[in-house]
Amino acid sequence: MTSIKLKLKESEVQQLKEAASSFNNEPGELINVLHKAQEIFGYLPAEVQEVVAQEMNVSVAKVYGVVTFYSFFTMLPKGRYPISICTGTACYVRGAEKVLEEFKRILKVPVGETTPDGKFSITCLRCVGACGLAPVVMVGDKTYGRVTTDGVKDILKEYEDAE
Amino acid sequence: MHLLVCGGTGCRASASDMLYENLKKEIQEQGLQDEVQVITTGCFGFCEKGPIVKVIPDNTFYVSVEPRDASEIVAEHVIKGRRVERLLYIDPVNKKQIADSKGMGFYKKQIRIALRNCGLIDPENIDEYLAADGYEAMGRVLSEITPEEAIQEMIDSGLRGRGGGGFPTGLKWQIASKVPGDQKYVVCNADEGDPGAFMDRSILEGDPHSVLEAMVINGYCIGATKGLIYIRAEYPLAISRLKIAIDQAREYGLLGKDIVGSGFDFDVEIRYGAGAFVCGEETALIHSMEGERGEPTFKPPFPAQSGYLGKPTNVNNVETLANVPVIYNKGASWFAGIGTEKSTGTKVFALAGKINNVGLIEVPMGITLREVIFEIGGGIKDGKKFRAVQTGGPSGGCLTEKHLDTPIDFDNLLAVGSMMGSGGMIVMDEDDCMVSVAKFYLDFTVEESCGKCSPCRIGNKRLFELLEKITRGQADKEDLDNLRNLSMVIRDTSLCGLGQTSPNPVLSTMDNFMEEYIAHVEEQRCPAGSCKDLIRYEIIPENCVGCTACARNCPVNCIAGERKQLHTIDQSLCIKCGACLEKCKFNAVAII
Ligand SMILES: Cc1cc2nc3c(=O)[nH]c(=O)nc-3n(C[C@H](O)[C@H](O)[C@H](O)COP(=O)(O)O)c2cc1C
Ligand code: SF4
Ligand code: SF4
Ligand code: SF4
Ligand code: FES
Ligand code: FES
Repeated sequence: MTSIKLKLKESEVQQLKEAASSFNNEPGELINVLHKAQEIFGYLPAEVQEVVAQEMNVSVAKVYGVVTFYSFFTMLPKGRYPISICTGTACYVRGAEKVLEEFKRILKVPVGETTPDGKFSITCLRCVGACGLAPVVMVGDKTYGRVTTDGVKDILKEYEDAE
Repeated sequence: MHLLVCGGTGCRASASDMLYENLKKEIQEQGLQDEVQVITTGCFGFCEKGPIVKVIPDNTFYVSVEPRDASEIVAEHVIKGRRVERLLYIDPVNKKQIADSKGMGFYKKQIRIALRNCGLIDPENIDEYLAADGYEAMGRVLSEITPEEAIQEMIDSGLRGRGGGGFPTGLKWQIASKVPGDQKYVVCNADEGDPGAFMDRSILEGDPHSVLEAMVINGYCIGATKGLIYIRAEYPLAISRLKIAIDQAREYGLLGKDIVGSGFDFDVEIRYGAGAFVCGEETALIHSMEGERGEPTFKPPFPAQSGYLGKPTNVNNVETLANVPVIYNKGASWFAGIGTEKSTGTKVFALAGKINNVGLIEVPMGITLREVIFEIGGGIKDGKKFRAVQTGGPSGGCLTEKHLDTPIDFDNLLAVGSMMGSGGMIVMDEDDCMVSVAKFYLDFTVEESCGKCSPCRIGNKRLFELLEKITRGQADKEDLDNLRNLSMVIRDTSLCGLGQTSPNPVLSTMDNFMEEYIAHVEEQRCPAGSCKDLIRYEIIPENCVGCTACARNCPVNCIAGERKQLHTIDQSLCIKCGACLEKCKFNAVAII
């Protein structure tokens, strides 16, 4: 975790508190509240986890334990264009690994991290349900199918041009 | 006339929602909205060639339809009654166009029970489900027979759990019904963690009511009034369709208090998972629903004794449940008549990998792998040679040529070192290295191990490292022995099913493809030409015409050569991406 403390936006903290109370601040609803928190803040840094712990009346350690257990929850902020490469089996046998390597090579960041300009982040996910289009890459909500290594730069270019 | 447009995840990824909008607009512009209905359905199964549009009543099956094709379909087919030839499917074997989906090899041997409504009805409209005999089974069970009779019917059908274990469903219900308890729970397991499988998700996307109907019946049988569906937050489309279905069912009095005047109360809630494979295991799933880390616990106690919030809980898989209403509608003996003696009915598979027809299929138990791969699947892609087929996901194994004629059922697959699993079926060809495939699954297991017990947490990591060593050509014979011994230990000493089955990909590839392991270890050679550290890309001087295609596509610019001159690769810079091989049209690049 970072040593510099993040300042959370008051309005977002308020939203989170309301979400927690909509689940009656019931400790059993922790995962649902974390889903909401991630929707609100985009990720779950230590500071957000502290608020959740307080609201749900559980220890920060417990919240941390749950956040780190589930791969859907992330403690690192995503890029403005989050790239997810499907590394499910169907995509793997149709060359997902090479596609992933190419993203990493061009963007010069490892899986799970964001480029210094905050633009792109790389994550892997397992089967998005479009195996017929393998290998599959998602950028935000947009799906790209049958991606080849030399198609990678074209995908990135779309977003380079967007800014 | 009906135009059915696939709204499954695969086709939506290729803009089928825009296609739907365009078709609707065209129909409206032609003033045909009263005669022609445009309907979004769930997955047709034939995702490889999506987006799919099917025209009813003539059953014309259009493939790879793009949004801009909408006007032609309306102008030609709808108005003039002429099929749009260029959008028809072409049989890969005899190169003939096939208009009617019934004539397609992909569908011929399929029997669709769990998928009966997928691709046929609008999943967001309960009236369509009702028109397809929906909620009829529930109505009859609730008002005409006792829970005991209903359970007996389930036992007689022989239905076994489709989530992987294959436990008899009727028996499970009987056990849960006999446990005393003031509050019991029915849980639908929609976690579907097998990385490369999308059966359960497609059922929920294409026919959510069939699962809800089954849950009510399940609740009535065991005496539960609450149902929970555990689904991953990553499946937004399935979640939204489920929510719509639940609301509509409540509105129609098919969920809630005093369902269809039977005096029985039952309601359903959704619980969200957050991406952890182990949460598919039922005890872990229950802990996750309670807001905890999803770690498995030792059984007994079984969920039927002490499950959600310590109450008796019955967990069933999505596909298992999707079979239930049909069994009551058509009778247990009808169902038992399909499939094999000990594995009745059908199984849905997500067929994927190096095969021509990737998609979702439902076949009778007892069909052979050969029929599935070569008839339904249309054979191996690009005319390559079949190498292996993997079933059972990370818990299963790789089968080979010699297993192709094995009839598929729970027991046969176990006997040959794989398992049914939840239904992932991945086909591999001559370019796939079996050691790397085992490594791929172990990588997954290491990532997904919950860490509670050490054989799985540490052992699988060691297995992965051994496999890595082999694929780098740095292993010796002793490592192969260690690999096998360690696999046995992990299998025998892990706490839950994840660890107990995690060595299967290693053991099955060692059993069936030992020569590949040996080649890596003794000759530092990868027979499939896939392990990066053991191969080189080389240009064959006799074949190179100097077209520059490889050099232009090399991402690291390590290919030198003038136009019309021989090109050469600087091996010290090459990252072995394979782009040159892909781009060279003169067979001048080879893997050495
Ligand atoms: C590691 C592991 C993962 C599992 N994942 C799933 C899953 O994704 N979906 C599922 O229905 N069952 C899964 N199961 C099986 C469940 O524990 C349970 O047996 C099943 O949901 C029971 O339903 P059924 O009898 O209808 O198959 C998994 C089991 C293990 C050990
Ligand atoms: S076998 Fe693996 S997943 Fe199962 S309890 Fe042990 S560590 Fe967790
Ligand atoms: S693409 Fe093939 S033929 Fe063309 S320059 Fe490269 S190796 Fe030679
Ligand atoms: S394998 Fe990739 S990096 Fe190596 S020469 Fe070919 S294109 Fe260039
Ligand atoms: S494995 Fe990538 S979409 Fe299914
Ligand atoms: S998603 Fe359209 S056919 Fe499968």
